[in-house]
Amino acid sequence: MKRILLLPLGLFIALVGFLLIGLHRDPHEVPSPLINKPAPAFQLPQLHDPAKTFSVQDMRGKVWLLNFWGTWCIACREEHPLLVEYAKSNAVPIYGVDYKYTNDNSDERAAAAQFLAEVGNPYTLTVYDADGRISIDYGVYGAPESFLIDKNGVIRFKQIGPITEEVWNNKILPLAKQLNQ
Amino acid sequence: MKRIALLISLVICFATVALAKEAKPAEDPQIEQRMRALTEQLRCLVCQNETLADSRADLAEDLRKEIREQMKAGKSDREIIAFLTQRYGDFVLYKPPVKSTTYLLWFGPFVLLFAGTGVLYRYLKRRRELIDDKPLTADERKRAEEILRNA
Repeated sequence: MKRILLLPLGLFIALVGFLLIGLHRDPHEVPSPLINKPAPAFQLPQLHDPAKTFSVQDMRGKVWLLNFWGTWCIACREEHPLLVEYAKSNAVPIYGVDYKYTNDNSDERAAAAQFLAEVGNPYTLTVYDADGRISIDYGVYGAPESFLIDKNGVIRFKQIGPITEEVWNNKILPLAKQLNQ
Repeated sequence: MKRIALLISLVICFATVALAKEAKPAEDPQIEQRMRALTEQLRCLVCQNETLADSRADLAEDLRKEIREQMKAGKSDREIIAFLTQRYGDFVLYKPPVKSTTYLLWFGPFVLLFAGTGVLYRYLKRRRELIDDKPLTADERKRAEEILRNA
């Protein structure tokens, strides 16, 4: 009899437990279906030299980080100094995709080049995605987003939102080291 | 007077700009209607409590454009949904698909309902056994009446 009375209490405590866990989770971190899938192919003009292009194929045999950003994105500016610092360590080459939405009529290309000249350029190379089409292929919805891609061109890790010191040291670096072996 | 005229012309100017912007997507009402119906079932990932149809986020706008173009290219709704889930995951769907990872979500409530019914049935059955409804004997009745009279 008493045991039955305790059952609702137990269920209630379990429910509160789930809700508590839910409170501490970021609803913006949606698991990406692209993990362990080949990085979507693209060929885009380079930011600094539109005559030249860059494609995912060029990176075969390398472990690299692909970072989606834009000068319109506040969180990207927050992340930027860290990227500059990490690029200096030469641990993982960082490639950038500067993109904008079709609604945005500003000259993002010029703004991005100026931004990089002013605050430092962490990117080995930056490409320019003028209509955000490639960012859609990568399922980007919360810039900045970064993809760690292995030697076979497979996405192994995705960071939604700015890379933090913790993410870099505990996730990206160890995984890159492992993938480089 | 001149100022007012200027103001009015400015207002008209802006109004037409706004109208032009509003009117742009209504190029093909049939596709527009189909897109509206489809995007109402989809989640905008930027502002997660809004549908892709209602969201004013730039990404939502670009995705609507993409969907519109795919519809014009003759893609079916199913193909377009596959296109989106390949990129953004099942999270874009307000109605999650039934698969092994969502069994608990879909069937959990029914399991709880059956379990609850079972517990209730057992409880009621046991209670009936505990309270058994025996009529009083003549002796007991007499004693009870006595107690009541003295009270």
